[in-house]
Amino acid sequence: MLRDITLGQYYPANSVLHKLDPRTKLAGTMVFIISVFLFHTLPGYAVATLFLAAMIAVSKVPVKFMFKGLKAIVMILMITVVFNMILTPGEVLWKLGFLKVTREGVQLAVRMAIRLTYLVIGSSIMTLTTTPNQLTDGLEKALRPLNKIHVPVHEISMMMSIALRFIPILLEETDKIMKAQIARGADFENGNLIQKAKNMVPLLVPLFISAFRRANDLAMAMEARCYHGGEDRTQMKPLKYAAWDRAAYGILAAYLAVAIAFRVAGI
Amino acid sequence: MGIIKAFKLGFDYLKYDEDGNVQDTQRAVDDVNLDIEAGEFVAILGHNGSGKSTLAKHLNALLLPSEGTLWIDGTATDEEPELWKLRQKAGMVFQNPDNQIIGTVVEEDVGFGPENMGVPTEKIWKRVDESLQKVGMTAYRHHSPNKLSGGQKQRVAIAGIMAMRPKCIVLDEPTAMLDPNGRREVLKAVRELNQQENVTVILITHYMEEVIHADKVYVMDEGKIVMQGTPKEIFSQVDTLKKYRLDVPQVTLLAHELRKSGVDIPEGILTTEELVSALCR
Ligand SMILES: Nc1ncnc2c1ncn2[C@@H]1O[C@H](COP(=O)(O)OP(=O)(O)OP(=O)(O)O)[C@@H](O)[C@H]1O
Ligand SMILES: [Mg+2]
Repeated sequence: MLRDITLGQYYPANSVLHKLDPRTKLAGTMVFIISVFLFHTLPGYAVATLFLAAMIAVSKVPVKFMFKGLKAIVMILMITVVFNMILTPGEVLWKLGFLKVTREGVQLAVRMAIRLTYLVIGSSIMTLTTTPNQLTDGLEKALRPLNKIHVPVHEISMMMSIALRFIPILLEETDKIMKAQIARGADFENGNLIQKAKNMVPLLVPLFISAFRRANDLAMAMEARCYHGGEDRTQMKPLKYAAWDRAAYGILAAYLAVAIAFRVAGI
Repeated sequence: MGIIKAFKLGFDYLKYDEDGNVQDTQRAVDDVNLDIEAGEFVAILGHNGSGKSTLAKHLNALLLPSEGTLWIDGTATDEEPELWKLRQKAGMVFQNPDNQIIGTVVEEDVGFGPENMGVPTEKIWKRVDESLQKVGMTAYRHHSPNKLSGGQKQRVAIAGIMAMRPKCIVLDEPTAMLDPNGRREVLKAVRELNQQENVTVILITHYMEEVIHADKVYVMDEGKIVMQGTPKEIFSQVDTLKKYRLDVPQVTLLAHELRKSGVDIPEGILTTEELVSALCR
């Protein structure tokens, strides 16, 4: 049951987007998010939609994967839409008891819905075309300037990549412990919420103990292999910008310029 | 002086009470003297809790001696401020393959050590290629370690150590969690490294069959080294070994029992072939 969970949702394919440097894709996602907040009219959203559609086409990832991420936010989306509709003051369209739906409310709700949806799809494009490892590498390099204000960038990215390696192992272990405890009569399915939470104790205690033991072993193994922090460390696969990336930055700059121009012109 | 030398080495595990004061000490290694020559294949045997792992961690400077001195390639471990420089001379392979693989892709894991040592990128690739080839795992270089068998994972771990080009490699029960097939694979890889690359090997194990090819065997009990010699010398003392709660290889035991019941064969027979030729004499 737990084995079905896969981390990151990388979809292997051979597209330009897959080949881009993770930093470019991070920047691209940022630019797209900013643009979605800059646009606030129909023509603006049309431009964003066009851009998004073009990216999806280029990525060679089947469209249904793009919308998978939306499932997770359906609840948030509904709540946002409903609250925006009934809580925004303005010209009343309908009235139901004390609930008023206003024109401004509907506009705002639609705008929020579009923004949230595009935000999720936009970041899905990045996670679908970038392996978790590339992503941590990209983050490490992109955030390196923060080192100056004593943010332990290397350590954080090392933690992320170790987590990525151990999540499947721990999931498998959870599965194993669960089966072992079920064989001893533990019940993880029935009862109300509090009982269910209590029933998790025989699962969580062994899991934590084993996780700590693993962490201890791993720390020793890393030390044995000369790990001594990020200082003087070289990389086997250093990130390098290629021609693709320069072209991508050009396109992004143009797109951002359009978004700003639309905002300034008030379209 | 050999590549690894210990003089009166002692180590205490300290137990602390809630205020952080030392409450209790437990001696895990006691008065150990070692002198291991470069290129040797050394095996260390001992019952559970006899201090083998504790000793092994000293050979890699993961632990520093409470008493006495340990030299790795001529440098005393308690005098080197940057311990990682010693660790690249004596690599260490642990028991649980899952807990020592750091990378999410086989080749990236092998490159982890050289990355830490600051080896330039092109040279890392060269070392990774060579090391994977030495342990016969080149075909799996792009795989995720999670999908490999135990024996394959252990060979990746060995490749990860080899990529650091150590002079000496310490293996702490590398085959304990493997099936017989995985055990054979790993042992073959280790012996080849010893014979072809001339890497000094220190193998800690519970399996007597893995010891018979060693140049020298040490037996530990309660933190002390109680026996040392060639496998033949060690295994001809079946009764002493039993005292230290150790088994001998089945063939050796059979030969020993035959000898006791009056058959005229020598002590310390290690392989089936030897026994056959001794009996057919
Ligand atoms: N981290 C620790 N803290 C306290 N005592 C420890 C610690 N690790 C080991 N010991 C104790 O030190 C002694 C030697 O342990 P060690 O792990 O070196 O034995 P070993 O020969 O490797 O055993 P095994 O065959 O089970 O691996 C044991 O009595 C053990 O209980
Ligand atoms: Mg041990």
